Amino acid sequence: MLKKTGIAALAALSLSTGGALAAGLEGEVEDIAFSFEGPFGKFDQIQLQRGLKVYTQVCSACHGMQYVPLRTLGDEGGPQLPTDQVRAYAERWEVYDSEIDDFRTAKPTDHFPGSQLENAPDLSLMAKKRAGFHGPYGTGLAQLFQGTGGAEYIYSLLTGYEEPPECAPEDFPGNYNTAFGAGGYPEECRDDNGHPTVPGSWIAMAQPLWGEDVEFDDGTEAALEQEAEDVASFLMWAAEPKMMARKQAGLTGVIFLTVLSVLLYLTNKRIWAPIKHRKE
Amino acid sequence: MSGIPHDHYEPKTSGEKWLHSRLPIVGLLYDTIMIPTPKNLNWMWIWGIVLTFCLALQIITGVVLAMHYTPHVDMAFASIEHIMRNVNGGHFIRYLHMNGASLFFFAVYLHIFRGLYYGSYKAPREITWIIGMLIYLLMMGTAFMGYVLPWGQMSFWGATVITGLFGAIPWIGEPIQTWLLGGPAVGNPTLNRFFSLHYLLPFVIAALVALHIWAFHTTGNNNPTGVDVRRTSKAEAQKDTVPFWPYFVIKDLFALAVIMVVFFAIVGFMPNYLGHPDNYIEANPLLTPPEIVPEWYFLPFYAILRAFTGDVWVVMFASWITGGIINAKFFGVLAMFGSIAVMALAPWLDTSSVRSGRYRPMFKWWFALLCVDFVVLMWAGGRPAEPPYSTISLIGAAYWFAYFLVILPLLGVIEKPEAQPATIEEDFDAHYGKAQTPAE
Repeated sequence: MLKKTGIAALAALSLSTGGALAAGLEGEVEDIAFSFEGPFGKFDQIQLQRGLKVYTQVCSACHGMQYVPLRTLGDEGGPQLPTDQVRAYAERWEVYDSEIDDFRTAKPTDHFPGSQLENAPDLSLMAKKRAGFHGPYGTGLAQLFQGTGGAEYIYSLLTGYEEPPECAPEDFPGNYNTAFGAGGYPEECRDDNGHPTVPGSWIAMAQPLWGEDVEFDDGTEAALEQEAEDVASFLMWAAEPKMMARKQAGLTGVIFLTVLSVLLYLTNKRIWAPIKHRKE
Repeated sequence: MSGIPHDHYEPKTSGEKWLHSRLPIVGLLYDTIMIPTPKNLNWMWIWGIVLTFCLALQIITGVVLAMHYTPHVDMAFASIEHIMRNVNGGHFIRYLHMNGASLFFFAVYLHIFRGLYYGSYKAPREITWIIGMLIYLLMMGTAFMGYVLPWGQMSFWGATVITGLFGAIPWIGEPIQTWLLGGPAVGNPTLNRFFSLHYLLPFVIAALVALHIWAFHTTGNNNPTGVDVRRTSKAEAQKDTVPFWPYFVIKDLFALAVIMVVFFAIVGFMPNYLGHPDNYIEANPLLTPPEIVPEWYFLPFYAILRAFTGDVWVVMFASWITGGIINAKFFGVLAMFGSIAVMALAPWLDTSSVRSGRYRPMFKWWFALLCVDFVVLMWAGGRPAEPPYSTISLIGAAYWFAYFLVILPLLGVIEKPEAQPATIEEDFDAHYGKAQTPAE
């Protein structure tokens, strides 16, 4: 709890992330082999549950997920908590109810609360509104082969905190992060042509995960990379809760349409045969 | 009815006769579906069916989405998330609609370039071509307004930039812009009218599609040789054509099914590939995104819009001669609309007497360059407006105009066309073997 408040205070003190968009900044994003990638990729239910724990105990101190209904935690293709656990989980939260004009304990039909801090973006769609992979040169090939990389971006951001490089002035505001490309950047770290010499930029959010921040129920060791990967998966689910249903529908469509194509091909060939060979 | 002689519908039973004498609708459908179609049509003639399918797909999925969507600046973004999370099958329907727009434009570009290569725009099919261009313009308007509806960052800022173009028109620009937006800036009235028009225009498109089909059913289809169907008698016409049903219906459906395999793979496995991640951020009038990029299908024309900056000599000249009325921004707007206008004028700019590019040795190369130009412009339109991309856009835009305004008129004079087959039958037999002499 102390940690939560500490993070909140730190984030509140540091600068706004949205500002200073310096041109040419690029973050380093690592390609992670997530279980949900590719046409047959699935969410790892246990991983989502671990990610939910990281979200609940760390992220939610500042961030919210206003578009995600709590009841969907029990849905198929997600963390799939049993009904009683969903109910118990919902009761952790206080939500504002306009009918009684007051806060009350949340029910599964409510949504996750919104962000506690004005500068902390909502995380409902974070894995879809950030792209880890670009280009190259605007061709879109990287995204075609690696995916948009929203979850990778989240992972890289959470593990990308480093000691500020030597070129930066000591009092430069924010926290140096190698994956964050949209923050402040000291002029001292640019070369003569104005190109950045170190990756990433300075982000308002203080390092939220250090390893051993939570205790996983399944006994998995809560290393920093593990926590980051789990919460990135969870946020991917939060952004795209119907991913597995969608892939299933897509696959069914592809199979049926392939069969239809073959049948139509044969039909077409047969119909045209007398025209093309003139057997009258 | 149409120019090519063929069998017409004959009502047989008394019931059919009763209906036919009051409303000859069965006859109309029969004549439409049985139209004699040149039998040498290649695979580039399938896009019409694909486009018809896209229109139907967009209307059906769109009507369903409209049942759950809320056109209000405070609720639009959340209502999309509601569709994605809570509406049964809503996520799939929305992704079909989103990617359906991309398929629609992919198909229309191939359809248009097919027409440009085989000279489908030439007499007597000018009206078909012009209606097609109108459909294309309406498609662009509809797609643009549809992209605004989710009320993401790209929605909002795209709407701001594009409606700002109208503000560039001298004197009347600003009143027009205010009228389009329903206020001084993009806001709730804008979202409401865009929703209203996004729902209306597809039905206007459907009506124009009917006219488009009526027009080319009157002239008959063009074909890869560009040679006319012989139409002195039914027997002659039958040597060059087969009825649309079943020959081309089945062929087109086969092509459509193959395209649908790819389409469903994209919708199922990578539905956000063609979109911009920023549009999953709710619109914020106070925060301009680092880059405002339109959807991929607008990029070639967006590149032309941005190509003509104040330091380009034609822009400086236009500004000087009009006393500053035409500034760089207005010039860009004129260029963008002009690039589509010159395409619409192709029937009168192309002076060649030969229809199909297949028999035009010089035209082929210039046309291939136009295709490359289109792709390059599309790429440049998605890059930042800075060197070298601005220069590439300018060269690309210059070639686009040069192709229609200089090369097409000149080629007809200087080019020596190759020999064309005398008939469609001759071309067909060259591919599939000479007709066996019938036994009798």
